[in-house]
Amino acid sequence: MPEVRLMKGNEALAEAAIRAGCDAYFGYPITPQSEVLEYLSREVPKKSNMVVLQAESEIASINMIYGAAGAGKRAMTTSSSPGISLMQEGLSYIASAELPCLVVNVNRGGPGLGTIQPAQGDYFQATKGGGHGDYKLIVLAPSSVQEMADHVRLGFEFADKYRNPVMILSDGAIGQMMEKVELFDQLPRDMVKKPWATTGKAKNRERNIITSLHIDPYDMEKINLRLQEKYKQIMENEVRYQSFQIDDVEYLLVAYGLSARICQKVVEIGREKGIKLGLIRPITLFPFPWNIIRSVSERVKGILDVELNSGQMVEDVRLAVEGRAQVKFYGRMGGVIPSPEEIFENFEKEFLKGEAL
Amino acid sequence: MKQEAIFSGFGGQGVLSMGMVLCYAGMKEGKEVCWMPSYGPEMRGGTANCIIIVSDTLISSPIISRFDTVIALNQPSVDKFESAVKPGGNLIYDSTNIINPPTRTDINIFPIPGSAEAVKLNNMKVLNMIMLGAFLQITNTVLVESALLGLKEVLPERYHKLIPLNKQALEVGIKSVSVVTT
Repeated sequence: MPEVRLMKGNEALAEAAIRAGCDAYFGYPITPQSEVLEYLSREVPKKSNMVVLQAESEIASINMIYGAAGAGKRAMTTSSSPGISLMQEGLSYIASAELPCLVVNVNRGGPGLGTIQPAQGDYFQATKGGGHGDYKLIVLAPSSVQEMADHVRLGFEFADKYRNPVMILSDGAIGQMMEKVELFDQLPRDMVKKPWATTGKAKNRERNIITSLHIDPYDMEKINLRLQEKYKQIMENEVRYQSFQIDDVEYLLVAYGLSARICQKVVEIGREKGIKLGLIRPITLFPFPWNIIRSVSERVKGILDVELNSGQMVEDVRLAVEGRAQVKFYGRMGGVIPSPEEIFENFEKEFLKGEAL
Repeated sequence: MKQEAIFSGFGGQGVLSMGMVLCYAGMKEGKEVCWMPSYGPEMRGGTANCIIIVSDTLISSPIISRFDTVIALNQPSVDKFESAVKPGGNLIYDSTNIINPPTRTDINIFPIPGSAEAVKLNNMKVLNMIMLGAFLQITNTVLVESALLGLKEVLPERYHKLIPLNKQALEVGIKSVSVVTT
C-alpha cells in the first residue's frame, strides 16, 4: 500500500523533494509558499542529511543553486512571483551553463509586490524566458496536491535528462489547499552520474568547466544552436496534457493549474445543461501541447481559454489553432478567483448569445 | 455522496481546524476530500473561512461559490454566506450572538446555541466541535467515530488530553439539533 496523507500542496512538494533525493534546498520565505522551507527545516533533520538553507535573498538562493548544480548535486529552490523575478538573471546563467535544477514558483497576484492571493500572471515569464537570451525552461503546471508531489520527481528527471532548469509553476491555492496525496517511496541520492560536474579534476580526464561566458560569437552561436536543438527534442518528446470529455466536444475550454480545476466543474455544469463542453489541461506549459489543441480545434464551434491573468497562454492557444476556430478568453486578475458559475456565464455570453438552449 | 460546505467565523474560533477534522475523517472513510482555506489578511485577524468538499468521486474545482451547507459562527458570516446556500441546502449558525437571523425560506435553517453550550462546558474553544457535531447530525457526511479519529490527527499530541472534552462537545452539538425551520 502506498502511503496516503492529507497535506497542503506546499508540504507535499517539500516532502517530495526529500523523497526525490534532493541534495540541497536554498530558499527565502515568501507567502504563499513559506510552508516549503518550514516543512524542510522541521522534517529534514529527522531523516536526511540534505542541505536546507535559508539564504539572505532570492538572488543568493538561485546562485547557490548554480553552485550546487555545478557540483553535480540535485538542487532546488522555491519562491513566489516577486522572488522569482529576482532569480531571472541566475536562471538565464543556469540555462546557458546547462545545469539541471528545479525552481518552483507558487504564483501570487502581481505586478509589483502585489497580493498574496493565487494568480497565473507569471505564465509569460515562465514560458517565454523571463531572463535574457534565447533560453527555455521546462515548465510543469500542477493542478492538484498529488501533482505538487509528483512533479518534483518528474521535474528532477527532466532536469537531469536534458541538463536544463525545470520550473514548477503552481499558484497560491494549489500550494495552500489540502488534499489526499499518495507519496512515492524514498529514492536514493546520487542516482544520476554527472561526469561533467566540477568536483575536482581526476588524473584520467580533462578539466570540467562550467561557464556561460563565451566571448567569441561563433562559440556562443554554437552553444545557442545546441540549446535550440535540445528544446526541439523536448518539444518532440515531453509534451504532457490531460483531456476531459473531448471525444464529442463542441466547445473546448483550455486552462492549466487551478483554472483547470475550476474549468472541470464548468464542464460538469455545461454537460448538465446538455452543452458538449470539454477541457484540455496542459501539464507541460513548455513544451506546450500544440498538436492536440490544433487537432481538436478542427472539430469545435469555439474555444474559451481561462486563466487567472489578462490573457497569456491564450496566445499559445491561438498559435496552435491558427484561425481554425474562434478563440475567446476569460480571466480575472490580481488574485481574484472566478467561480465555475461565473466562467460558465461568460462562456454563454461569448458563444451562445441568441442561440436557443 | 458529495458535500460542498463552507465553515466561516472569526479568526481564532477554529473554523480551519474544524474543516481539517472533517477532511481527515472523510479520508479515513476512503472518500475524496479537499480543504481550501482563506489564507490572506484573514489569518491576521478578522474573518476566516475554509471550503470543504467531501465526495465519493473525484473532486473537480476546489473553488466553489454555492454550497450544500454553510456553517456560520458569527454575524458577518451569516450575512455573507446566507445567499450562497443552494436551494434546499443547509445554513447552520451559532445563534448565541446573532442579532439578524437568516431569512431565506427555500433552505433549511438550523440555529445552534453553540457559544452558550460552550460556556456550559467551561471552554469557548470547543465551539467549533459543537458546530461540527450539529453539522454531522444534519448532513451525515462522515461518522462521528471518524471525526474523532480526525481530531486525533489535527490536535497536536500535547493537547490529546482534551480529546474527551472535544468528544463531549461533538455530542452536545449532535443533541442540539432539534428545531428545523424550512
